Amino acid sequence: MEFLTTFINGLSLGGVYALIALGYTMVYGIAKMLNFAHGDIIMVGGYTIMVFFNMTGLPLAAAGVAVVFCIVTGVLIEKLAYKPLRGASPLAVLITAIGVSYLLESLAQIIFGSDHKMVILNHWGTLEIGAFSVSYNTIVTLSSAIAIMIALTLFVNRTKVGKAMLAVSEDRDAASLMGISVNNIITITFAIGSALAAVAGAFYILKTPDVSTTMGSMPGIKAFTAAVIGGIGSIPGAMLGGLLLGIIETACLAVPALAPFAIAIEFGLLIIILLVKPTGILGKKKREKV
Amino acid sequence: MALLEVEGLEVSYGLIKAVKGVSFTVEKGEIVALIGANGAGKTTIMHAISGLIPKAAGKVVYNGEDITSLAPHKITAKGISQVPEGRRIFQELTVYENLVMGAYTRKSKKEFKDTLSYVYDRFPILKERKNQVAGTLSGGEQQMLAMSRALMSHPDLVLLDEPSMGLSPLYVNTVFDVIKEMNADGKTVFVVEQNANKALAVADRAYVIETGKITMTGTGEELLKDERIKAAYLGE
Repeated sequence: MEFLTTFINGLSLGGVYALIALGYTMVYGIAKMLNFAHGDIIMVGGYTIMVFFNMTGLPLAAAGVAVVFCIVTGVLIEKLAYKPLRGASPLAVLITAIGVSYLLESLAQIIFGSDHKMVILNHWGTLEIGAFSVSYNTIVTLSSAIAIMIALTLFVNRTKVGKAMLAVSEDRDAASLMGISVNNIITITFAIGSALAAVAGAFYILKTPDVSTTMGSMPGIKAFTAAVIGGIGSIPGAMLGGLLLGIIETACLAVPALAPFAIAIEFGLLIIILLVKPTGILGKKKREKV
Repeated sequence: MALLEVEGLEVSYGLIKAVKGVSFTVEKGEIVALIGANGAGKTTIMHAISGLIPKAAGKVVYNGEDITSLAPHKITAKGISQVPEGRRIFQELTVYENLVMGAYTRKSKKEFKDTLSYVYDRFPILKERKNQVAGTLSGGEQQMLAMSRALMSHPDLVLLDEPSMGLSPLYVNTVFDVIKEMNADGKTVFVVEQNANKALAVADRAYVIETGKITMTGTGEELLKDERIKAAYLGE
């Protein structure tokens, strides 16, 4: 039973990582850049939730406002900071992304101060069946994350816009010759990624009721690791990598002897996977142009 | 008024001028070929027309409208469709999805179905493999898909960039048959080719380009008989 509990908790944490990893992987696949400010969108979502939850007391409404606010923030960042650098060297874009990350953290610090804030969204309690016990928070997180991942997969594979995203990701110029506006597709990608980060931020606060200017950095780095493990650029890869990392982290924390090394083991896994399969588990080798 | 008018076009890659003041016209209903050796600037001109690369100077006028600085997706929406060099089909999408992408700018479902059934009738292999990932098609089949994909947007002007490159003789013939069919169907065609023999045989008019400049022009027939062309491009 303890095994099952750990497994469900791991899947739930992994679901949160997967939601964040999807943002990294979609932006990488479509805009061809590493958006290192992505983790800070979680933080933007976290503060938005805090402000609106303190005002209204409604957790779901606060999360909804956070989703909208994060979409606006993400799209604005893309338009103001990244779009002017389209076609610039990847290094310039990377440095800009790091700059945006510091900008967001500093802005949050100016507005909210540097102390950690406690935000308790609910007291839903725990589901107990015999020896099996899982908090309702975990169940809500896991089921929502799975529902979102299914919806996203359907969107990408079944809709014209979703297919256009795959087309842009594979060959940007050919896609634009089809009449697809690459800029619009990139905007949509940032909007989706930021919305997912906001949702992940809400789940993160459910699990760890602590809001701070750096709350996005650790989940951000782990989700990025998850995206690379799964194969960066691959949507199913980000989901798989996220879930895998969540399960491994939770399993390590459940074993007292391994607990102190949990993070080391996670990043160790990254190194091993990169050694064995540099493209990640589901990543494809980049086709050489003939 | 010509359907497509290119005037004094110049394109540079860094310090190198790849296209040095090229002017030509394509009249409505024509097949016009641009022939020249590898590196003469043919693909560069193609990309400049469709907006994929910035122009250093010159003008592109389509249907009386200046499209020189429009973005590629807007140029496609105006009715210009390009079959790019190397086919550039979406390898990871299915054959059907590639055709859906070709029709991205079109709204009418009926029109899509009609064009789709036309394409499937013309190339039964595409219908047979419609749910197959396009990267698994042979080179010739991929070229058929690329040409079909370009037709899905109901273009008035079709630009073809080296459509016969790397294909078996059988498929080379099919490519030029399809070009004639498109044209008979009312589409204006501008084709860039290294296979001068084939291109001049189907073209109403042709231009010859050498190191970024147009050096000769005439009807397809005239150029096929020209001694200099025979020596330089037809291997005779």
